[in-house]
Amino acid sequence: MRWFYLVVILLIPGLAAAAYEASPLAENPQVEARLKALAVELRCLVCQNQTLADSNAPLAEDLRREVREMIVKNMSDQEIIDFLVSRYGDFVLYRPPLKTTTTLLWVGPFLLLIGGATALVLALRKRQKKLAAVALTEAEHNRVAQLLSEGANRP
Amino acid sequence: MSRFLIPLGIFVVVLAFLGVGLTLNPRELPSPLVGKPAPNFSLPQLHEKDKVLSSTDLRGQVWLLNFWASWCGGCKEEHPVLIHLAKSGEVPIYGMDYKDRREEALAWLKEWGNPYPLVAVDESGRVGIDYGVYGVPETYVIDKAGVIRYKQIGPLREDVLQTKILPLVRELQSQ
Repeated sequence: MRWFYLVVILLIPGLAAAAYEASPLAENPQVEARLKALAVELRCLVCQNQTLADSNAPLAEDLRREVREMIVKNMSDQEIIDFLVSRYGDFVLYRPPLKTTTTLLWVGPFLLLIGGATALVLALRKRQKKLAAVALTEAEHNRVAQLLSEGANRP
Repeated sequence: MSRFLIPLGIFVVVLAFLGVGLTLNPRELPSPLVGKPAPNFSLPQLHEKDKVLSSTDLRGQVWLLNFWASWCGGCKEEHPVLIHLAKSGEVPIYGMDYKDRREEALAWLKEWGNPYPLVAVDESGRVGIDYGVYGVPETYVIDKAGVIRYKQIGPLREDVLQTKILPLVRELQSQ
């Protein structure tokens, strides 16, 4: 019975804490962790080669504030990303989505790889044929054999 | 001969791509908002802060929405063009004072002239985010139904105004 009371007493502060409103933003590590995870995937539009997490531009600060508020409102990552894409376009994403306009971007490197590999195979085959086509005359053959035997006899 | 022609051909293609790349402006991003309803706003006015400027009040006419700030260099650059357009009376330009201080914005308009019938104050930059603003000045052409028809990123130039914006405005006004 004593154990039961102990458990109840220990639970009370937990319940009380749950009844309070959300703690201040900066003190909520879960929100900050989600913000950080999202911000590294998003581009700062002012300094275009920085992520939202890296940038100190005023717009980046505003967007981080906006994202933080959406996280607190319990919006999913996809909803937050959709919010930003509907305003700024796919450019805010560091990983562009696969669409008709971005097919070249996604498929291009593989096309180049296949093209390069094909060119390499063709070039190697051509060279092999050239090498095989060189025939030795009888005199050349004898000379090669002589040179090799001379080399072998040397100490 | 083809030994040299192939690398030369590749070189020319790469050069062409790089050449085209040089003429593009990486700061001009296509806005996904063109063709979509302009986000609604209801903000205090700059000159009379107790009054509200609401986007719904502007329905039924073609209007321009110009995001500017007293701290913004490009805004000074486009300012004579806006004044000129305002004097012509062809289309009203409503101002959106973006992340600015009220006194400074008022002083700026006093010094350089006010092309706007009304100016709303977006102090937090939240309406700016709704409109996808990432660098002031930015100007939107909004039609009678409240749909964004064009977005100008960066200072408005006289040639863009004459060749793109005014023809579009006239077409939208006649609809």
